[in-house]
Amino acid sequence: MTRVFISRDMASIALGADDVARAFVQAGCEVVRTGSRGLFSIEPLVEVETDEGRIGYGPVGPQDVAAVLDGTHGARLGRVDDLPFFAGQQRFTFARCGVIDPLSLADYAAHGGWRGLEKARGQSPQMVVDAVKASGLRGRGGAGFPTGIKWQTVLDASAATKFIVCNADEGDSGTFADRMLMEGDPFCLIEGMAIAAHAVGAGHGYIYIRSEYPFSIAAMRAAIDASAHIVAPFTLEVREGAGAYVCGEETALLDSIEGKRGQVRAKPPLPALQGLFGQPTVINNVLSLAAVPFILAEGAEAYAAVGFGRSRGTMPVQLAGNVKHGGLYEIGFGITLGELVNGIGGGTASGRPVRAVQVGGPLGAYFPPGMFHLPFDYEAFAQAGGLIGHAGITVFDDSVDMAHMARFAMEFCAAESCGKCTPCRIGSTRGVEIMDRIIAARVPAQSGAGGQIAPSRNGVLEKALYSRAPDRIDVSVEAQTRLLRDLADTMKYGSLCALGGFTPYPVLSALDHFPEDFGAPAPIKEAAE
Amino acid sequence: MEEFIGAWTARHGKSRDRLLPLLHAIQEEAGYVDDAIVPAIAQALNLSRADVHGVITFYHDFRRAAPGRHVVKLCRAESCQARGGAAIEEAAARRLGVPMGETRVDGQLSLEPVYCLGLCAIGPNALVDGRPVARVDAAALERIAAEVAA
Repeated sequence: MTRVFISRDMASIALGADDVARAFVQAGCEVVRTGSRGLFSIEPLVEVETDEGRIGYGPVGPQDVAAVLDGTHGARLGRVDDLPFFAGQQRFTFARCGVIDPLSLADYAAHGGWRGLEKARGQSPQMVVDAVKASGLRGRGGAGFPTGIKWQTVLDASAATKFIVCNADEGDSGTFADRMLMEGDPFCLIEGMAIAAHAVGAGHGYIYIRSEYPFSIAAMRAAIDASAHIVAPFTLEVREGAGAYVCGEETALLDSIEGKRGQVRAKPPLPALQGLFGQPTVINNVLSLAAVPFILAEGAEAYAAVGFGRSRGTMPVQLAGNVKHGGLYEIGFGITLGELVNGIGGGTASGRPVRAVQVGGPLGAYFPPGMFHLPFDYEAFAQAGGLIGHAGITVFDDSVDMAHMARFAMEFCAAESCGKCTPCRIGSTRGVEIMDRIIAARVPAQSGAGGQIAPSRNGVLEKALYSRAPDRIDVSVEAQTRLLRDLADTMKYGSLCALGGFTPYPVLSALDHFPEDFGAPAPIKEAAE
Repeated sequence: MEEFIGAWTARHGKSRDRLLPLLHAIQEEAGYVDDAIVPAIAQALNLSRADVHGVITFYHDFRRAAPGRHVVKLCRAESCQARGGAAIEEAAARRLGVPMGETRVDGQLSLEPVYCLGLCAIGPNALVDGRPVARVDAAALERIAAEVAA
C-alpha cells in the first residue's frame, strides 16, 4: 500500500487538503496527515513515499490522484527538502513540522523528541537555566527579552506554587508560526514547557490559545492527553481566548486566564515574581519555548553559533500578504529584508512592484524597498524605527494607500484597546479622526481643486471632522500632520503596554516613508528611483 | 440554562478562573450568552453580575444576541488587505445581502469581522461556519453564498 503524506494544517485545509486526503484514501492509499512544510504556493501538497524518498506534488486537487500515484503529474516537485525554499533554511525549531504525524509519540521520539527533556532532567535547574542563558535565546514574542534571565528570576523566587504560561495568542496579522508549530509539532512545545517547569520548579502550565485557532486548540489538547505520562508530574491545560487582541500582552493574558477582563497590569511587579494568581510565573511565547528542546538536546553552543550581533539562533520568519512564495522560513538572524522579500518570497503575488512591507504585525513599522538592506536583527530594526516583533513580514504592492493603512492602525488600536490607560483608549480614537481629516483634506489637493470643499462632502465634516468647535481647528494637512506626530508621541511614551505604545510605529513610518500618501510632497530619493 | 450551568460547574469547578471556559460552553450550547442568564452565571461562580457583564462585553467572541443560522467571518487584518481584502469585504456584503458586523433580517446568516486567522500568505480568508476558506474571490463568494442559502 502506498503511503502518502498530506498536511492537516489549517492553511492546507483552507486550500482544500481534506478533499485531497479523502481522494487518496478512496484510492486505497495509507494517508498520513502531517503539519505543513510551510510553503503555501505548493499547497495542497502530497508527498508520496518511494525508494528515492518522499516525492512531493503540489498544488494538487482531488482529481489528480491517478497522475500523482503513477508519477506523471505536471506538478512533480521532487524531494521537498531539496526545493530552494527549504534547502536554504536552518530548521532548528521547525525540523519536524510537515515531516511527522503531529500526534504520533513514536514519530516524535524517532525524530529526536524528548532528548532535550531527558537531558534537562539529568541536570540541576540552575544548569538548565544556564544553558538557556548561554544559548542567547531572546523572547520570540516580540520584546526580545533574554529568556534565560526571565527563568532565573522565577527560579530564584521562593514560592510553593509557580506556573509556566505559554503565550499562544498570536494575534498579529502576518504571523502564523505559533499556529503551524502547534498544529505540526505540538509535542515540541510541550517538551519546551516541561523543561521550563523543571528549570524553575513549576508544577502546572497553561497554554493560552486564541479562539481563532480552533485546529491548534484541538491539536494541543490531544497532544497534552497523549504525552501526560511523559511530562508528569508536570501538568498542562489549554485555555481558549475570546477574540481580544490585547490578551497577547502578557499581563492581560494572565488576567484573562484568571477569568477577568483582559486588561493590562502595571509593571512592576513583574510576572516573574507576581504573575498568574500572584505566583512567580514564566510567561513565554510559543517559539521561545519550542526553541528550548533543541538548545538542551544539541547544546547551547549549537544554537548560539548562528545569528547576528546580539540576536542569536534562528528566527522562523513568516512571509505573508501579497507575496508570491509565502510561508514559513526559519533562518539564522542577519538575513536582509530584501533577501527575504524578493529572494525567497519572489516579490508580490500580484506581479506589481513591492511598495511597502510591514514587519512585526499591526504594531510594526512599514518599510519601503529603499530599506531592504536592513539585516534581520532586533537592534538593527529598533534603530531603523521599527521592530521585528513576531517576525511576520506583510508585503504590499504599489496599489496600497499608506494613509489608509495608518488609519487602519489607529482603528485597530481603538477596537482592541483594553481601556486601562488614556493615551491608548482615547488617543487611538483621536488618531482615527486625524487620519480621516488628512485623508479628506488631501483629495482636493490631488484633484487640483485648491482645497475647496468638495460638493459630495458635508461642509462641517470637511472643516473639522468630529469637532465640537469646527471653526477653531486648523484642518490643513500640515497642521493635522503636526497634531498626528504630537499624538503619536503621547501614545508612544504614555501608554501602559505595547498596544498603545507601538501603534505609532506603523503610523509614523507610513508618514515618514510615504509622505506623498498624506498629501505632502514625495521624498526626493523616491523621485530619483 | 441554569441546569446546564449547574452541570458544568459540577464537572469543571466554580472558581473564578472558570468564567471564560463557562462562557465559551454556554455560547457553544445556546449560540450566545443571553443577558437574562447573567445572574445565574454570577451566582454559580460567586461573582457580581456587573463583573460577569464586564467580562462578557470585553471579549469580542461573546455574543449577547442570537447569530444567524450561518456565520461567515471575514478577515479584515493587514495581510488580507494586502491581497484585496477590502474589495472582497464589500463584494461579500453586497452578495450576501448583509452589512459587515450584522445579521441578515431573515436570520439566515451573520457576517462578522475577524482580525487574522493565521493564514496570512493565502488571503483573503474566511471562516464559513468554522470551516476555513482561503483565497476568497468572486467565485469563492458564489460558493459561500450557495452554502449559506441552505
